[in-house]
Amino acid sequence: MNALVTGLQGIMQTVGRGFLEKIAAFGQGSLFIFSLLLTLPSALLRVDLLLKQIYVAGVQSLPIILMAGLFVGMVLSLQGYNILVEFNAEEAVGSMTALSLLRELGPVVGALLFAGRAGSALTAEIGLMRSTEQISALEMMAVDPLKFVYAPRFLAVVIALPLLVLIFNALGVFGGYLVSVSWLGVDDGAFWSQMSSQVDWSEDVMNGVIKSVAFGLLIAIVALFQGVNAIPSSEGVSNATTRTVVHSSLGILGLDFILTSIMFN
Amino acid sequence: MKKQTRIEIWVGAFVLMSLMALSYLAFQVSNFSGFKDRPTYEVSALFDNIGGLKTRAPLKLSGVVIGRITAIEIDPVSFKARVHMQIDQAFNELPVDSSVSILTSGLLGDQYVGLDPGGDEEVLAQGDEIEMTQSAMVLEELIGQFLVKFSESD
Repeated sequence: MNALVTGLQGIMQTVGRGFLEKIAAFGQGSLFIFSLLLTLPSALLRVDLLLKQIYVAGVQSLPIILMAGLFVGMVLSLQGYNILVEFNAEEAVGSMTALSLLRELGPVVGALLFAGRAGSALTAEIGLMRSTEQISALEMMAVDPLKFVYAPRFLAVVIALPLLVLIFNALGVFGGYLVSVSWLGVDDGAFWSQMSSQVDWSEDVMNGVIKSVAFGLLIAIVALFQGVNAIPSSEGVSNATTRTVVHSSLGILGLDFILTSIMFN
Repeated sequence: MKKQTRIEIWVGAFVLMSLMALSYLAFQVSNFSGFKDRPTYEVSALFDNIGGLKTRAPLKLSGVVIGRITAIEIDPVSFKARVHMQIDQAFNELPVDSSVSILTSGLLGDQYVGLDPGGDEEVLAQGDEIEMTQSAMVLEELIGQFLVKFSESD
């Protein structure tokens, strides 16, 4: 009887401690994000740092975004054509490609690639800066790492992703044009006129941009948080990098569903 | 070249590229130019049945788009569908006895509102109601009528 009571107490203690630790971690994370957001205006003043980070996160992600956008657009219109041609409606392939790119695939695939390409690099960089005590060195010199290291990276990610998604969308539409008009022989005029009559500026194009800003915020928060909280060892940094990719990818997909149900209802 | 200069050039090219993509999406892919900045006036019409008409559907005169459907609601008095449409101010000399009908582009295409001009001297203005309307053709009703005729002739 006594052994049962002690066992139960042990289980409850484990659950309780785990719960309290989760709450503490959540509080720590929120505090970190809050203090980061407070330093964002001052980060805007250091344009050189911001530009460097936009270069690292945005320009260096261009090749993968360009290739992916082109191929996603091409494969979308190829599949769409194969189905639509059975109903003699192959002209609709343009609007189908453009709508699925602008509303869903552009922001989501762009953000997934960006999380893998730039988010993971960001976590690894910050984790290594901490494990090699560069952050402590900055603090010793009375340089605030929030302003000098974290805020420019946060802003760069949030700025770069929407720009990348716009390029992704434009190239995807161009890829769809290449496949359906140049290769499969869909009528040029019908392709564009159907597309521009179906695609709405504010509802489709701008909502895609809003989505990509939300995904940018998500990736920036996850990547920075994982980098700052990484255990300062080679194993800890590699685990944190993996967690960044997994958490932000799942977060993007979940957030996308929520945003879609709000926007296109 | 200095490293900072190179970074600035690359970021500039990146931003320009995305602006080009945005304008491509605006002018080539979507209906950005539309009726957004041009002045419009609003008229409404009561229909018995609007079929599959949706907001943002075009209003056409002789096949030319002159406006858009902005809202569809139920009239609380007559229980008919009230369709609000905005017409481009450039077409402000439409006779007040014009009639509107809900038509379909092609066999399976989208539905739109077609406007047939009347002959009155007076012209439509902001807030006017178009009296003469013709409802959408509902395929099920047509088939029903056909079946009735078919069984009568037996």
